[in-house]
Amino acid sequence: MDLKRVGNQTVVFSSPPVILASYSVVGPMEGRGPLGKTFDKVWQDNINGEKSWELAESKLLQEAMQGAVEQAGIPLSQVDYMLAGDLLNQIISSNFAARKLALPFIGLYGACSTMALGMAVGSMLIDGGFASHVLVGVSSHHDSAERQYRLPTEQGGQRSLSAQWTVTGAGSVLLGQSGTGPRITAATLGRVLDYGETDVGNMGAAMAPAVADTLLNHFQDLQRQPEDYSLIASGDLGMVGADLTREVMLRSGMSLGSEYTDCGLMIYDKSQDVHAGASGCGCSAVVFAGDIMQRLTAGSLKRVLLVGSGALHSPTSSLQGESVPGIGHAVVIEG
Amino acid sequence: MSQNMRPPTLKITPEEYKDLSTKLTPKPTVLKNCIWAFFVGGLICAIGQVIINLFVAGGLNQTQASTAATALLIFLGALLTGLGVYDEIGKYAGAGSIVPVTGFANSIVSPALEFKREGYVMGVGARLFTVAGPVLVYGIATSIVVGIIYYFLH
Amino acid sequence: MFVFRMIIPAFLVGGVICVIGQLLMDLTKPSFTPAHVLVTFVTGGAILGALGWYKPLIEIGGAGASVPLSGFGYSLAKGAMDAVSREGLMGALSGGVAATAVGIAAAVLFGYLVSIAFNPKG
Repeated sequence: MDLKRVGNQTVVFSSPPVILASYSVVGPMEGRGPLGKTFDKVWQDNINGEKSWELAESKLLQEAMQGAVEQAGIPLSQVDYMLAGDLLNQIISSNFAARKLALPFIGLYGACSTMALGMAVGSMLIDGGFASHVLVGVSSHHDSAERQYRLPTEQGGQRSLSAQWTVTGAGSVLLGQSGTGPRITAATLGRVLDYGETDVGNMGAAMAPAVADTLLNHFQDLQRQPEDYSLIASGDLGMVGADLTREVMLRSGMSLGSEYTDCGLMIYDKSQDVHAGASGCGCSAVVFAGDIMQRLTAGSLKRVLLVGSGALHSPTSSLQGESVPGIGHAVVIEG
Repeated sequence: MSQNMRPPTLKITPEEYKDLSTKLTPKPTVLKNCIWAFFVGGLICAIGQVIINLFVAGGLNQTQASTAATALLIFLGALLTGLGVYDEIGKYAGAGSIVPVTGFANSIVSPALEFKREGYVMGVGARLFTVAGPVLVYGIATSIVVGIIYYFLH
Repeated sequence: MFVFRMIIPAFLVGGVICVIGQLLMDLTKPSFTPAHVLVTFVTGGAILGALGWYKPLIEIGGAGASVPLSGFGYSLAKGAMDAVSREGLMGALSGGVAATAVGIAAAVLFGYLVSIAFNPKG
């Protein structure tokens, strides 16, 4: 069998998997943002009658994943694998959603890069001939993440200006061996990079080097330029991280033009007071499953590079003063 | 960072990155924060003074009035936290709402409230002292050391 | 008019103490959280109280100096020293907590009741 690996870190799929359907569910604040109309479902409040925020997050994920399957019009029983991940300890939102869906389950942890990671791994499973349908989904919830990673939500205090706002939302895509829809043609899995950022209020700065490294390798592996894409979207670098990525890329000999943006800058508008932008697994997931998928399907985007960005720290490692390792995973989607 | 990474690698050292990151990260708006902290912090203390004076007018002596006012402010801080108002004040006031004793009450209630779903013993009971614990530990320990030193000096 | 006595000094002294807290947060590492601020103030208040430097602040500012958590630290230290004068060495252990018992008990009681009565809003 021919090796599908190209260059350092990239795989090119010989029969590119199709994104048969996508579905996004978000909280009220995301629903009020500039992308509000692109989401499939907007919750009226951030707990939706569940007992805890953690269960609410799991419900978001479950609704998104079921939504994608329903939209594709295939029975759940035809899905070969469910790939899911989230930010909570032991990826509990995903485990609980998997308990409801009862599909063969692969839990993933790539922090906020998990959507791109899941799409890459799912495509490998399909192109490798191990599955015909793979369901990928991730979630995050502002309140469950805040209390795990930072301070209780009712504690008074100021968030730093570089801090980002965790998205309450879940996004899901159903990948298939054949059918109509945008196709995932290649993926570049990133390596973990740590440039020594210790401020948990500045995740963008922690993740930017890893994203830049993945971009650099992706372009070299495929002998492409940023201009070869109609959109390059990093996952949740926010204002500070996106600026840093541009600058680091420039110093490494590659300039990102107007095709580059960050999903974290798209979800909220200025008046929503989120400081440096959005973050969380749900950030890139709902932007991709909503806005980007719609533009791919409509044909206004031809070739998209989605680079999920993850901060691989834990509350314990931060308290112990460790710096925050970052990772970036890229997938190429062509309409 | 590993030295044996396959090229291409980023052409920036961690030191250079740190400088760049410091340059591109927005600084806290210190002056604005201080003005907010001054007015809100001052206001809370002024309210405290009004309460003390009312208690004195009601017949308590100065120390009793001050103690009772502290208890009342703790109640108000706790209540505003429960109502979900205190964190909204804190967003603007910063230290102005953290340093007064109402902020102490906020730091007691907020974790306990948040972890209520983990039960009344390990949730509420344990978390009441997430911030209050360290405050009492260092406060009481310091007072004991002060008392011992005072004993040997007099 | 009695209730309005001391308001302005309380406002000014309290405001300045809070500004010191704000500067501590803004000008130090980002890992300096509200918990660190509170611990710093209670310890600082106790030490200043022991040195005799906090008492003038209370006399000038009234609630402006007693309401910030440094005032709690001052009461702890003052309580310990007063008890040492009355009871000797054992006073060092009992004095601080005894002098601040109302505040501590109120914090536990009201903290518990509010936690039971309300749910977090996010």
